[in-house]
Order: sequence, then C-alpha cells, then structure tokens
Amino acid sequence: MPRLWKPGDAYVWISGLALMVTLVMIGGLLFLIATKGLGSLWPVDIGRYTLTDGSTYLGQLQGRESVRGAHGVKSESEFRVKLKIGNRDLYGLDFKWIDEADIASIDYPRDAVILERHEWGNYHGFLKEIRKNGQIIPGGDPQAFSVLKDLVRDANKIHDEILKIEKGEIGDVNYGIEKQRLKLRGLSMRGEDNPAKEAEARLKIEQYEARYKISEAELGKLYTELTRNEVVMLSAAGDEKVMPLGKIVMAFRPNDMGFAQKAGFYVERFWGFIVDEPREANTEGGIFPAIFGTVLMVFIMSIVVMPFGILAALYLREYAKQGLMVRIVRICVNNLAGVPSIVFGVFGVGFFLYGIGGIIDSVFFKEALPNPTFGTGGILWASLTLALLTVPVVIVATEEGLASVPRNIREGSLALGATKFETTWKVVIPSALPAILTGLILAIARATGEVAPLMITGVVKLAPDLPIDGHFPFLHLERKFMHLGFHIYDLGFQSPNAEAAKPMVFMTAFLLILIVVILNITAIIIRNRLRKKYATSAV
Amino acid sequence: MTTGEAMVQQQEFNVPGTNGVSPAPEQPRKSEKAKTVPAPLVEVENVSLFYGEKQALREINMNIPRKKATAFIGPSGCGKSTLLRCFNRLNDLVDGCRIEGNISINRKSIFDPDVDITDLRKRVGMVFQKSNPFPKSIYENVAYGARIAGVNKKSVLDNIVEKNLKRAALWNEVSDRLNDSAMGLSGGQQQRLCIARAIAVEPDVLLMDEPCSALDPIATAKIEDLITELKEKFTIVIVTHNMQQASRVSDYTAFMYIGDIVEFDTTEKIFLNPAKKHTEDYVSGKFG
Repeated sequence: MPRLWKPGDAYVWISGLALMVTLVMIGGLLFLIATKGLGSLWPVDIGRYTLTDGSTYLGQLQGRESVRGAHGVKSESEFRVKLKIGNRDLYGLDFKWIDEADIASIDYPRDAVILERHEWGNYHGFLKEIRKNGQIIPGGDPQAFSVLKDLVRDANKIHDEILKIEKGEIGDVNYGIEKQRLKLRGLSMRGEDNPAKEAEARLKIEQYEARYKISEAELGKLYTELTRNEVVMLSAAGDEKVMPLGKIVMAFRPNDMGFAQKAGFYVERFWGFIVDEPREANTEGGIFPAIFGTVLMVFIMSIVVMPFGILAALYLREYAKQGLMVRIVRICVNNLAGVPSIVFGVFGVGFFLYGIGGIIDSVFFKEALPNPTFGTGGILWASLTLALLTVPVVIVATEEGLASVPRNIREGSLALGATKFETTWKVVIPSALPAILTGLILAIARATGEVAPLMITGVVKLAPDLPIDGHFPFLHLERKFMHLGFHIYDLGFQSPNAEAAKPMVFMTAFLLILIVVILNITAIIIRNRLRKKYATSAV
Repeated sequence: MTTGEAMVQQQEFNVPGTNGVSPAPEQPRKSEKAKTVPAPLVEVENVSLFYGEKQALREINMNIPRKKATAFIGPSGCGKSTLLRCFNRLNDLVDGCRIEGNISINRKSIFDPDVDITDLRKRVGMVFQKSNPFPKSIYENVAYGARIAGVNKKSVLDNIVEKNLKRAALWNEVSDRLNDSAMGLSGGQQQRLCIARAIAVEPDVLLMDEPCSALDPIATAKIEDLITELKEKFTIVIVTHNMQQASRVSDYTAFMYIGDIVEFDTTEKIFLNPAKKHTEDYVSGKFG
C-alpha cells in the first residue's frame, strides 16, 4: 500500500478522475440543453396515425418511453409515443400520448400541412380550398400550396404594417397625450391659474386624438384586409376548419421537404426565434425582448460596477493604511460576495425602489403620482442591485491585480519624479488591467445568470416596450424589462401549456448560456489584447 | 560656469579616507600624494539610517565628485543599496525608515522641508537591479519623464526619445519599432531602455543599483561601455557586487561593510594598494 501512495501515482489518478467527472457533467449539461433546445426547431415529418379504434391523428413524433411497470397504467404495450398533434382548438391539447399497441398504421402523406398560427398553436391538416378575393382555388390544384404561401407572406406584411402603426404612430400619440395630461395635472397641482398653457395642452391633446382617429381608421382597414382571404382546412378526422389568412404565421409541408430545404427552414426559424417577439403567453414566437433586456442590464451593471469596484480596490490597496481596519473591511467585502442574491434583491427593493425611487418620484414625477415612475421595479434598479451583488468580485480581483504589479515598476515611475497619483494612473492601473477585466468577466458571468433579485426589482413576464426606443431620452431606465433567466422560469413553471413550453425552456437556456459565453469571450479577447500590450516583464 | 563654482573646483578637496567612526582612524597617509578631485556634487554628512530598531547605516560621511563614476562595493547587506536609495529619497516609501544626518546635492540639503520630492527625483535618476520598463511602448517609456513634466508636444517628445535612445546606444536596435511593447526587448536592451528613460529627464546624478546583475556578459559589457560614456555628462553612482566591474567603470570606489564605509579612495588605490587590511581581503577575494 505505501508503495502505491508514495510515488504519488494514486493522487494523479484521483485528481484526473475528479477533473473527468467535472468535464463529463459540464459536457452532459451542454449536450442535453443543446439537443433538446436546438432539436425542437427542426421540422419533423408529420405522420398520420390510425388507431385501432378508428380515430386518426396527424402528429409529429416527439418522444417514446417505456410504460412497463409504470404506476396505474394498464396497457399491453411496452412503449408509448408522444405526438404533437396541434389543433388545440379541436382537441383541447397540443400533445397526445398513444400506446404503441393501439396504433393500427402510420403513413406520411406528402400533402400534410402544418400551419403556425397567431392563436391556438399549430394546425395539422390538409388543404381543402383557398378563398382568394372571392375566387376558390381547390386544394388539389398543384399551385394551391404556393398560392397559400404567397398569401401568408402578404398577411405577414400587413401584420408588420399594423405593428409599425401601433408601435410608431399610436405609440407617439399615446406618449404625447400622456405628457400633456401630466402637464395639465401639474398645473392644477401647483394651483397655477394659467389658462393659456392649459388651453395649449388641451389643444395638443385634441390634435393627438385627431391623429389617433386617422391611425385607427388605417388600422381598421388593415384588419379587414387580414380577414378578406380565407383558407379551409381538413383535419385528419375530416373536420373542416375555416381560417382567415391573417391568423397564420407560416405554412409548411415537412413531408415534402428535402434535407436541404429543412435545413434552410431550420435556420430561418432559428433566426426568427432570436429576433421575434414572443406570442401566446411566451410559449410561441421568439425571445428578442428577453435577450435585449439581459444584455442591456449587463451593460448598465458593468458601467456602474467597474468604476466603483476599481476605486474601492485602489483605496484599499494603494492608499489605506494597512492594518486591522483594512483587514476587517477586506473580510467584509469577501463575505458580501457570499450573501444570497435574494437578500440583495430585498435590499434593492427597500433602498432603490422605495427609497431612492420614491424620492425621485416625489421630486421629479409628482404629476404622475400615485402611479410610480422610478418608485417601482425597472431596469436601472435591477442593474444597480446586480452591481451591488457583483462589486465584491470586482474589488477582490482588482486588489489582486494591484498587488501583483511589481514593486520595482512603481519605484521606477517614482524615481522619475512621478507622484504617487501619476504612478497609479499611468503605470499601476494599466498593468493591473488584465486582472481587473478578469473581475469584470466573473461579474458578468454571475450577473447574467442571476434571477432571484431581478424578480423583485424589475423583471416582468412580458414587457410591452423595450427600454430603448425612439422617444426622448431614448434610454428609459425606469421601464420594466424581460430577462432570459426569468423567461426560463416563467416558461418552465408558469406556463399554461407546459408541453409546448418545454422546448422553449431548453432553447432559452441554450441562448442564455450562449450569451454568457459571448459576453465572456468578448471580455477575454479584450483582456488578452491588453495582456499583450501590458505584459509584465518576462526577463 | 559661475565664479563660485570655479572657486569650488579650484579648492580641490582631499579624498575623504574613511569616516571618523569606522575602523582605524590612524591611517598611513604618508604613501599618498595629495589626491585632487573635482568639487563634490553629493555631500553626505553623518548619515545614519534605521529600519525600525535596526541600524542599517552608521554615520556615513563622504563626498561624491562631480561627473565621475563612483562605485560602492561590499558584501550583501552592507548597506550599499540603502545608501544609494537615500540620494533620491526612495527610502521614504519604506515603513519605519528613519534617517539622521544630512545629504546635500549641489549644496542644497535634500531633506529641507521646501524640497519638492518629485523635483528631487527628477534631478537624481535611478536605474534598478532588475530592469523595470513600464508595460508601455518603447517610445512611451522614454517619453514618460517628459510627459510627467508636462511636455506633450509630439515634436519635442520625438526629439527627446531619439536623443536618449542614441545616448543609451539603443537607437539602432529599436528605431524601427518604437511603438512595440518594451516587454518584447531582451534583458540587456530593457536595461539600456531604463537607462535611456532615466537620463531623458536630464538628471544631475544617475544612481545605478547593480544594473548588470541580471545580465549576461555581452549585455554587461555594453552597459559598462555606456557608463563610461555617460560619466562625461552625468555624475554616476553605481552599486555593484562585481569587483571587476567596479575596477573597469569607476573612478572612485567605496568599500562598505555592515553599514560603514571602510575605505573610500580612487579605484586604482582601492584595488592595487588599499590602506586597510579589510579592504585588501575583500578585493582579493579572501572573504565576501
């Protein structure tokens, strides 16, 4: 036995084993998330399942599991399959488990169509006819499907226009009316008797309302346009369904697509997932606002945390007299990094939202009260809370960086007649920059993944407006925002349609990891550049 | 040259032998003819230095002559570097360091309350044992002192950089890559860059703390040649462990031992005919 231990071979094995276990766990996690998430966008072939009791379903195979010995399941078959059958309006649920023993036959009709809809999820069925401008094109027509696709594209264009009017013109009008309303309220609150100003505000409101009427009429026209053309579909069981084309997002026939086509379709959908807004309680559509909110929040946090952390570390390391007091402060800073994040969240609510936000509201936004402006959750408060959470990380890393700057470099600068301040700013901080950036990388990684404190300081399930838009001052720090981490929680545990949300959970998790990686890689590239530039002497 | 200075020069100082306290005050002066030296630039009077309770220098007295190279030799821990670092008050940075006595440069005490320490350090340049270029470009390293002094004009800085890199015999090697990081230079080049950086602020005195101890013989030879050239213009004080180096580059040599100056005389005398047995033992390699 001592022979085994003494040369240290056993230690090498054990440490190697430990590393391997870690790597396998990380790899497994990434693999699971990537396959479950990325796989969900692939257009799986749609099969017509005819069951022994005569019913038929058009469904995409989503999974297969053993049912032998499962509690409360009385079944002769060993396996059951999970099908995505869509047609929630017909069946009530998008998904169905079917015992393999009950399946009489499966075939894959080439003309089976999947319609992605704005409401009620997907529709699986066959094209019966298209009603275009009062003209009827039968589903058997070889051109019918391409006509359908064109009509869907047109409908999408109309949707874009509607969105443009709603977000653009009507957004401006609402914003303007709210501003004038607050002005009027402000006048009456201050007890100012200024009929001229009042009349001006009222006139402006009237003008806005006139503008609104015009947009409204335009919108009405577009909405009727959306319902003009219709498509008639047949479900697998032969039920007819008439749908206006405006309700359809996308139409495709997976069984009719080759691999290349499927790949192209996949890329398109993946892109859509990144740049689109969510639909149907977040279970469909994209996650753009969540990505945007996450990245913006991390940026604001970085901008706040860097100067604070660096200055605090500078004082601790360079200026403070090293002694008991500094040691205590250092211990406190280290402990602060270990405080549960929700505690910071609670502090954020108490201090930022109610404290500072309340003061800001009562001073600058009196007119809007009792509706809070800054006195409620918002991206600024969430970012500040996270900055507080990550400032110890930056302080510790910066201090280590400062401590590692060789003494003889400082002396070299001092010996040239530089003051301590000049030495610190021109020589010491540049030399410590790589370490400082390491601190920032750790802070970003922690902040991006943090959810708990955000839930109470400004993250919401669905934010109607992005924190950046075209209205002055363009960056609206008081707005609530969406966040990928919270989005995962919301999809996974708060969704009305758990099965449909499952692939979204994995996709969102995948994107969250991707964003952390991208942010980190960016910071690492910057750090390596600086390291090359400011490498400390190797001689 | 002002008349005052001329007078000082004509006064012709006697080479201080040993200081009053340290061994054997009675020395055989008869063999010496009166040595003449130029006016001293640095005058050290009764300097004692303490690190906390520990005394590192014991009532040092010496006059360091102008525009000559003076070497401090002695075993490790004898206080050579400590004495050197008194001249630009770099010891001020050390916690618990206390200095008694007085040091004057150009007849002005460096401990006067009205002395601006950054100004003093601009007049007393220093090159360190381990080359310590800043993590900046070669150009910025040499321009650092000028920038600190508030020079920002590109043409002026260009001139300063070129002139001093030439003085440090580095220009030919780096003129085509001035904007590269100084960290990419070899050890010897880095040390010459540090010399260029130090002389770029045109100091009166250049302190060198074992400038060649981390270098190979070829790089060392280059630096030694450089010192020989630079002493035409600057007063150089060099600390070295290498006795051959001291004999090669310096005009005067002080042998130090445990905080005392044992003997201070011309280099020739110290190495060929030292007055003290102790010095002879050291320079001939019997101890140390």
